[in-house]
Amino acid sequence: MTAHMKQDKPDRSNRLDAMKQGVLGKAIPRIEGLAKVTGTAPYAAEYAVDGCAEGVLATSTITCGKVLSINKDAVLGMPGVIAVIDDPKLITRAAQGTADEAPQQGPKTVCYWGQPIALVVAETFEQARDAAKHLAVEYREEEGVPLDPQAVEPEEQEDETVRQGDLAHAMAKAAHTVDVTYTTKGHASAAMEPHAAIARWDGDKLTVHASLQMLNYNISELADALNMEEVDIRLISRFVGGGFGSKLGISEEVVAAAIAAKELGRPVRVALSRQQVFQCIMRRSETTQRLRLAAGEDGRLIGFGHYALASNLPGETFVEPVLQSSHFLYGGENRELMLEVARVHRMTAGSVRAPGEAVGMPALESAMDVLAEKVGIDAVELRLRNIPDQNPEEDLPFSSHKLAECLKQGAEAFGWDSGLRKPRHSRDGEWWVGTGMASAARVHNIAEARARVTLKADGTALVETDMTDIGTGTYTILAQLAGEMLGLAPDSILVDLGDTRHPRGPGSGGSWGAASTGSAVYVACKAIREEIADKLGVQETDLDLAHGTAASGEALVDLLDGKDIVREGHYEPGDIEDDYTASGFGAFFAQVRVNRFTGETRVDRMLGAFGFGRVLNHKTARSQCLGGITWSIGVALTEALEFDPRDGHLVNCDLAEYHVPVNRDVPDLEVLLVEERDPAASPIQAKGIGELGMCGGAAAIVNAIYNACGARIFDYPMTPERVLAAMPD
Amino acid sequence: MRPFAYGRPRTIEEATRVVADDGAMAIAGGTNLLDLMKLQVETPEKLADINRIGFGEIEDTQAGGLSLGALATNTATAVHPRVRADYPVLARAILSGATQQLRNKATNGGNLCQRTRCFYFTNVDQPCNKRDPGSGCGAIDGVAKLHAILGTSEQCIATYPGDMAVALSALDASVDIATANGEKRTVPVREFHCLPGDTPWRENVLEEGEIITAITLPPPVGGTQIYRKVRERSSYAFALVSVAAIVEMEDGLFTRADLAFGGLAHKPWHDPRVGEALIGQPPTSETIDRAADILLADARGFGENDFKIPLARRALHAVLEPAAEGAG
Ligand SMILES: Cc1cc2nc3c(=O)[nH]c(=O)nc-3n(C[C@H](O)[C@H](O)[C@H](O)COP(=O)(O)OP(=O)(O)OC[C@H]3O[C@@H](n4cnc5c(N)ncnc54)[C@H](O)[C@@H]3O)c2cc1C
Ligand code: SF4
Repeated sequence: MTAHMKQDKPDRSNRLDAMKQGVLGKAIPRIEGLAKVTGTAPYAAEYAVDGCAEGVLATSTITCGKVLSINKDAVLGMPGVIAVIDDPKLITRAAQGTADEAPQQGPKTVCYWGQPIALVVAETFEQARDAAKHLAVEYREEEGVPLDPQAVEPEEQEDETVRQGDLAHAMAKAAHTVDVTYTTKGHASAAMEPHAAIARWDGDKLTVHASLQMLNYNISELADALNMEEVDIRLISRFVGGGFGSKLGISEEVVAAAIAAKELGRPVRVALSRQQVFQCIMRRSETTQRLRLAAGEDGRLIGFGHYALASNLPGETFVEPVLQSSHFLYGGENRELMLEVARVHRMTAGSVRAPGEAVGMPALESAMDVLAEKVGIDAVELRLRNIPDQNPEEDLPFSSHKLAECLKQGAEAFGWDSGLRKPRHSRDGEWWVGTGMASAARVHNIAEARARVTLKADGTALVETDMTDIGTGTYTILAQLAGEMLGLAPDSILVDLGDTRHPRGPGSGGSWGAASTGSAVYVACKAIREEIADKLGVQETDLDLAHGTAASGEALVDLLDGKDIVREGHYEPGDIEDDYTASGFGAFFAQVRVNRFTGETRVDRMLGAFGFGRVLNHKTARSQCLGGITWSIGVALTEALEFDPRDGHLVNCDLAEYHVPVNRDVPDLEVLLVEERDPAASPIQAKGIGELGMCGGAAAIVNAIYNACGARIFDYPMTPERVLAAMPD
Repeated sequence: MRPFAYGRPRTIEEATRVVADDGAMAIAGGTNLLDLMKLQVETPEKLADINRIGFGEIEDTQAGGLSLGALATNTATAVHPRVRADYPVLARAILSGATQQLRNKATNGGNLCQRTRCFYFTNVDQPCNKRDPGSGCGAIDGVAKLHAILGTSEQCIATYPGDMAVALSALDASVDIATANGEKRTVPVREFHCLPGDTPWRENVLEEGEIITAITLPPPVGGTQIYRKVRERSSYAFALVSVAAIVEMEDGLFTRADLAFGGLAHKPWHDPRVGEALIGQPPTSETIDRAADILLADARGFGENDFKIPLARRALHAVLEPAAEGAG
C-alpha cells in the first residue's frame, strides 16, 4: 500500500517533535562505519565475480576531430587481450546530474583531450592497461578549436538574467561603490573511490555494480544509452566512496562495462585510473565574475550587480550556476545579474560539490568585505543591514531565514572583533595574523521520492529505497527517522539502500537526499502509525510509541500479531516550491596567518554557524559542515585545475598535484548548528547540509588574508605567488 | 604496466651484475618507480629488488661523520639521534618531504634518484625530451609553474623535486657508489645530479650497473641549521622553492653560510659565491640582497614560474634574517 503526500503548504505540525523515542538528532555514529573501516563494505569494483574480464578505457590524444581507424589487431595479439570495443553506443562524457538520458555517444568523434575512444578488455587489469596504451589510433584532427574561455564570444543564459531598476544610475549616485572582478580556477571532486563498474548479463537482464549517486536517473541514462527498457536493468551502489557531484550521472565506465559484458558473454569490470577520473569525468568550470555593489552612507545596498562567465563543452546544457544565491542573499532594488557560458574544448564541466555557490559566494563575499571597508562599518554589521525581508527579485517570502542568527551567534562564539579594522594590526614573528568573515547561503533543493518501510512482526523494521549513502550518513539518519516514528531503537532497523529494485528517489546530490528520501520514509512511517493507532482505537496524533511499546502499555509485537505492516511512502514537493524561497544560511569566521617573506597562508582556526532546518543527526550533520569548511580552505588557498594552453588537456590529474587540503592545513574547526524548523522545506522540516558548509567559507579566509597583511587578491586560489604580488611592501 | 621479471639479489655484487648485464632496474622502496611503471613512463623488463643486499645501516665514520645506508628508510634516517643532533638540517629536510607513509617506505638511495614531477614527463601522451628524447619539451610553452629558473636548457626545464638532497648539498655530503666491475667510487652530492643540457634523460652521474650504497656526511659543523620549504599546502607538496642553510655568526658577522636551494633547477642548487658574499658581513637586508643577486643573476623564468625569482630571494631573507638572530 502506498501512502502519498504532496506538499502544497507549509507543515507546521512538526510531528517529529511529538515523537517519544528520542533518537532523532542524536549524534549516533554511522551504522555502516565499522564495515567500512574493516574493509567488509564492498565498493563497486570489489565484488568477487567469477570469470570477470577486465576493461580499461583507451583515451584520445588529440583535442578535437575524428577517429579514422584503430589498429585492433596489433593489440589483440598481446598477451591476455580479449577484445577492443569501439561500439557507437559508448558514451564519451559523463551524464550531467538528473539528465535522465544518455550523454554524448559515439567514440569516433573526439571533443576533448583524454576522451574515451574505446575499451580494451583483457584477462588481467595490467594486460588491459598496457594494451590500451599501445592502441594505435589514426585521427583526423580539427585544428584551432577554442580552448580559452576568455577568447570566445560567450552565450548568455537568458533565464538567469535579471534587470531590475537601473544599476548604472545607482552606481553613479551611490555614496559607496565597489566594482571588482574575480576569477576562480576549475575544481575537481577528487572523491577517494575512483569510478568503477562491474557488469554482468543473465540473458537479457543486466546487473551493474557501480559507484553512482542517483540511481533513479542513472538507470534511465543507462537504458537510453543501451536502447533497453529500465525493467531489464538493475543498478547496485550500496557503498560509494565519495561523490561530490562526480557520480551524479552515468559515466563512461558503466556503459562500457555493460556493452563489453554483452559482447563477450562474461562479466566485465572497468575501473578508471585516478588520472582518468580527473580527465574524463567532470570539472567545475573556472569562472570570471564581476561584482558591482552600490550602497548608501549606511552601507545599505541600493544596487547589486553580479556577472559571471563559466565554460563548458559545446552541446552541454549545464552551466555553473554561479548566481544562484546572489539572486536573494542581499537586497538592493537596482539589480543586474547575468550568466554567460563560453564553449571550449576542455573536458566536461558539471556539478562539483555546491555547484554555483561554491565559487559565486566566495566572490560575492569578498566584494562585500571591500564594501565594508569603504563604508567604514563592521563586516558583520554590513551583512545584517542588507538582509532582505523577502526575495528581492520575486515577490516571495523566505520559508525560514537564519542568516542574522548565524552571523550573531557565530561572531559571539568566534570572539569576532567588531571594532574598526586595519590590515597588519597583528604580527606573530614572521607571520601577519588577521581575521575575516563571510555569509553562507545555499539554495534548498527537494524532489519526489519513494521509500518502503516494513514494520516486521518481530518488532524490527526494514527501510528500503534506492537512495545512496555517499559517505554522508544516509543509512544512519533513515534508521533514526524510522526509529523515531515507530518507537524503535535504530539498531533494530535495517536500512537497505542503493538498489534500483527498491522504491526510487532522487538519490544523493544537491544536498537533497536527506530531506527528499527522509520525507518518503516519514510518510511511510506515518501510514504505519495510522494502522497501529487503528488497532488501538486511537488517533494517530495520540499514539505514543517508544522502545517497542505504546504508551497505553501494549507491546508492538503483540499488536502486530504475527503480521508485518508494509507501507510505501511517496513524497512530492507540490506547489510549495512556487510560494517560498528556501535556502540554508550561515556564517563563517576565520583567523589566518600570512608569512611576510613567502606569502604562504595557513588557517589558524575557523568557525561556521549554520541554519538548515532540523538536524537529523548532530554528528553526521557536523561532519558535513567540517567537510564543507575543509573544502573552503581548498577553494581559498590551493585547489586549481591547470589546463595546457595548446591542447586543453588537464595537466595536474592526480592527488599529488591537485592540492586538496591535507590534515595539517585544517586546524581546529568549530561548527555551530543553529537549529530551526523550516515548515516549508519538507514535512520533516529539514533542509540540505551537504554543501552549505563550503558556500562562502573561502571568502572568510581571503578577507582574513587582507586583514592580516593588506593583500587584496582577486584571483582564487590565493597561492603564495599571488599573495606576494598583492602584498604591500 | 608491462609484465616484468622480478629478482631479488642477495649481495651488492649480484645486484650490480644484474643491473649491468641483464639491464635490470633497481627497485628499493618503490614509491617513485612503481608509480612511473603504472603510468608506463618507466617500462623496465626486469626489476632487481635490492632490499636484501644490506646497506640499511646508519653508522659513525672514522672521520667523525655519519654514513647513511642507501637502503635505510627516510624515516629511520630522520629520527636517528645523531642526524637529529648533528645534522638537523637533514632531519628537517627529510621530514618536510612526502608523507609519513611514503617516508616509511622511501629509501635514501631512491630518494636521491627520484625523477622530476614535470606534468609532461609523467604523461606518456605528451612530448618530453627527458622521457622520449627528441620528442620536444611539453613544458616550455605549457604549464611550467613547477619548473626551473636556473641551469635550464632548450631541451628541458624540469626541476629535481626532492628535499633531502638539498640538505645534503648544503652539508657537502658525498655519495658512495658500487660499480659494475666490483669497485667503489665516491661523488660529492653537489656533483651527483646533472643539468639537463642536451641530455635531459640523464639526471645523475650513475653509470650503467652502478648502485648507491651509502651517503657519507662529513663531521658535523654545528651552526644554526635551517630547512625552509615554501609550498602551497603545509604538507604533502613539493617545494616551490626551498633553502637549506647552515649559518654561524661571530660578533654580528657571518662566519659560515653554507647554502643550497631546491625547486630552482634540475639539481639541488649550490653556488659557493652566494655563501661567500655573506662571510664577514652583517645580516642586513642589503647583504642578503647582494647574495640573492648573485644567486639569481642568471635566473630565467618561463612565464608561469617567473614568481620563483622573487620568491627565492624572499626565501633567502626568511632563512637568514631569523638565523642571524638565532646564531648571533
Ligand atoms: C605523492 C608523493 C609525494 C612526494 N613528496 C616528496 C617531497 O615533498 N619531497 C621529496 O623529497 N620527495 C617526495 N616524494 C618522493 C619520495 O621521497 C621518493 O619517492 C622516494 O624517496 C624514493 O625512494 P624509493 O626507495 O621508494 O625509490 P624507488 O621508487 O624504489 O626508486 C626510485 C629510483 O631510484 C633508483 N634507485 C633506488 N635505489 C637505488 C640505489 N641504491 N642505487 C641506485 N639507484 C637506486 C631506482 O632504480 C629508481 O629509478 C614524494 C613521492 C610521492 C609518491
Ligand atoms: S621540462 Fe623536461 S621533463 Fe618536462 S617536458 Fe620538458 S623535457 Fe620533459
